Amino acid sequence: MVHGEAWTVKELFVYPNEYIYWTIQIVMYPFLTGLVAGAFVLSSLYHVFGVKQLKEIARFSLVFSFALLPCAPMPLLLHLQQPLRNHHVLMTPHFTSAIAAFGIVFITYGMIVASELWFVYRGHFVATVHVLREKRDRTLQETGLMRLYSLLVLGAWDVSHHALEQDEKGVKVLAGVGIPVACFLHGYAGFIFGSVKANALWMTPLMPVIFICSAVVSGIALCILTYIATMEIRKLMAAWRRRENPALPSPTDLGGVEENVVRMTSRYLVMFLILAITLELLDLIFRGYTAVKSWDILRSVIYGKDFTAIFVLQYGLGNLVPFVLFLLPGLTVRRAVVGTILVLFGVFMMRWNVVIGGQAFSASFAGFMHYHLPIWPHDFETFKEGLFGALAVGAVPFVFFVILARIFPVFGQRDSH
Amino acid sequence: MDRREFLKRSMLVVAGLAVPAAALELIDPERLLAARPELRWAFLVDAYACVGCGFCVKACKLENEVPYDANVSRTWVERYVVKRDGSVLIDSPRAARDGFTTGKIELGEGKYAEVPAGEIEKSFFVPKLCNQCENPPCVQVCPVGATYQTADGVVLVDRKWCIGCGYCIMGCPYGVRFFHPVHHVAEKCNFCYHRISRGMKSACVDACPFGARKIGNLRDPDDPVTKTVLAGRVGILKEEYGTKPQVYYVGLTREVR
Ligand code: SF4
Ligand code: SF4
Repeated sequence: MVHGEAWTVKELFVYPNEYIYWTIQIVMYPFLTGLVAGAFVLSSLYHVFGVKQLKEIARFSLVFSFALLPCAPMPLLLHLQQPLRNHHVLMTPHFTSAIAAFGIVFITYGMIVASELWFVYRGHFVATVHVLREKRDRTLQETGLMRLYSLLVLGAWDVSHHALEQDEKGVKVLAGVGIPVACFLHGYAGFIFGSVKANALWMTPLMPVIFICSAVVSGIALCILTYIATMEIRKLMAAWRRRENPALPSPTDLGGVEENVVRMTSRYLVMFLILAITLELLDLIFRGYTAVKSWDILRSVIYGKDFTAIFVLQYGLGNLVPFVLFLLPGLTVRRAVVGTILVLFGVFMMRWNVVIGGQAFSASFAGFMHYHLPIWPHDFETFKEGLFGALAVGAVPFVFFVILARIFPVFGQRDSH
Repeated sequence: MDRREFLKRSMLVVAGLAVPAAALELIDPERLLAARPELRWAFLVDAYACVGCGFCVKACKLENEVPYDANVSRTWVERYVVKRDGSVLIDSPRAARDGFTTGKIELGEGKYAEVPAGEIEKSFFVPKLCNQCENPPCVQVCPVGATYQTADGVVLVDRKWCIGCGYCIMGCPYGVRFFHPVHHVAEKCNFCYHRISRGMKSACVDACPFGARKIGNLRDPDDPVTKTVLAGRVGILKEEYGTKPQVYYVGLTREVR
């Protein structure tokens, strides 16, 4: 069987070599990079523009963005036919290719986020190391943490007022530089598609911008959702621990989800959502209005074959419903949870409709291809390019986040910035 | 550092930079393989002559070791049936490896259409292959340079270097590329480069009993292919993409996709 045959069904005239070559992993790829970029932009809103209400979530989303970062290339890797050769992209980058820029942009961006994290947490590292050093009966874990922090401090032990102020400046600069780089990271993921002239659905200069806007939307949504979830889990865990040791702070002392944080953040979410939808609709209307040669086949895909996926799931369930949920007065945390889940679903569907929808028609403009997502894998290929491969990729960032949050505490404690 | 010292050192640096650049130049495979400005391979397909026997497809599969039963092929033949009402039916069952053995037109998903002879306006066959574009998007998008163009105009894939991302498959407007089922790298027609560079014709040209396929050198004014391309009324596929295909067609009609 040739690659793609396992999940492609052809209808009418399709060139013999055409299959759905870019599958769910290529849907996951822009989805994940979008989350990285979006989470970072959210954290920068506080650092750069000083939106005070976002302080609580800023640090959270920065760490989250860092946890998502190593996961962004994973779907690409899983989809390569020769994954062991992936380093070729860095060794012999071919600069006319949009994908070739990936390594460079990605590494630059990773370094920016890492340095920003360092500036944000340096004060905390130093303080913790001092406290732990004094402590006599350190647990193994504490000793480990102390060693790790001493290493991470990189010799910069100065925590004078001046030094901390310098840190803060560093954060500001990096957050400022990071915004365009984050946008670039994702904008160019859009460019990978938008520049493929052979594909009538992808080929639009709006693609990078559409991708950036929906990236920010998804990043903010995921941060709100994880923020709420983490807060709730923390409360539950506190209550549980307190049963054994009543001296510990009560859940109410810890403070739960800050409603105004959620409210404020959702306002930004709605703003970017409007922008994203406007651009997508503009693109759609423009295509219909100009109706070039490819419009016939595009129309039959958009308004026919993919109608449910595009209009019901993406625009309806993923955009309109959360839009209403967020805009109705008196936003509650519960409603925000439903809203953000739907928004995330909507952005995922948007990626799906671009990637899979873009391959739903043949380059002959005379036939169609349908993607049957492999659910139960019967070999490695149908695993990695199927449902479970995608779920696996989607789960990793949360694992990273849990690990990272142990090193970079994301809540309360002492203010280090 | 005085000026003298500075100049000396900068010269060293320049010399140091120049050496690897020159070394690279020497082993540039594109130049080594075919640094011949007097050569530009092109292909001529005569759609009037093609009868849809599929000998070319069969020969190509055997010559280039594309698994015989795999549903991909470096070249294929399309059948066009234009009905009196203007609708067009197209198919290429198994890339026409076994020719067109039935009058029924394959519609995909296991369905077939039968068109009564009285409803047929015209019908014809069109062979397809990689166009070895002058401005190939597949080369442009390859992130590692595994797909490259030789100086004599043929686009090749380096099987040892391709990472199998499929970007080139997406970038080619003609759908000629696929993944090789055995090597798991991008694959496509290369005009039988191993043959033509030794003075032979491509396998499909040799296999065609009706002379529907010809390969030639555009830089040679006496080449019959060049003569037809220059003086005949030839067409190319999907001109609007700006890829400048170098496969020319005689008898192209507007129905051809
Ligand atoms: S026809 Fe396709 S594969 Fe061949 S050179 Fe042109 S773009 Fe590349
Ligand atoms: S599949 Fe291979 S030849 Fe094609 S773009 Fe990717 S690396 Fe290049």
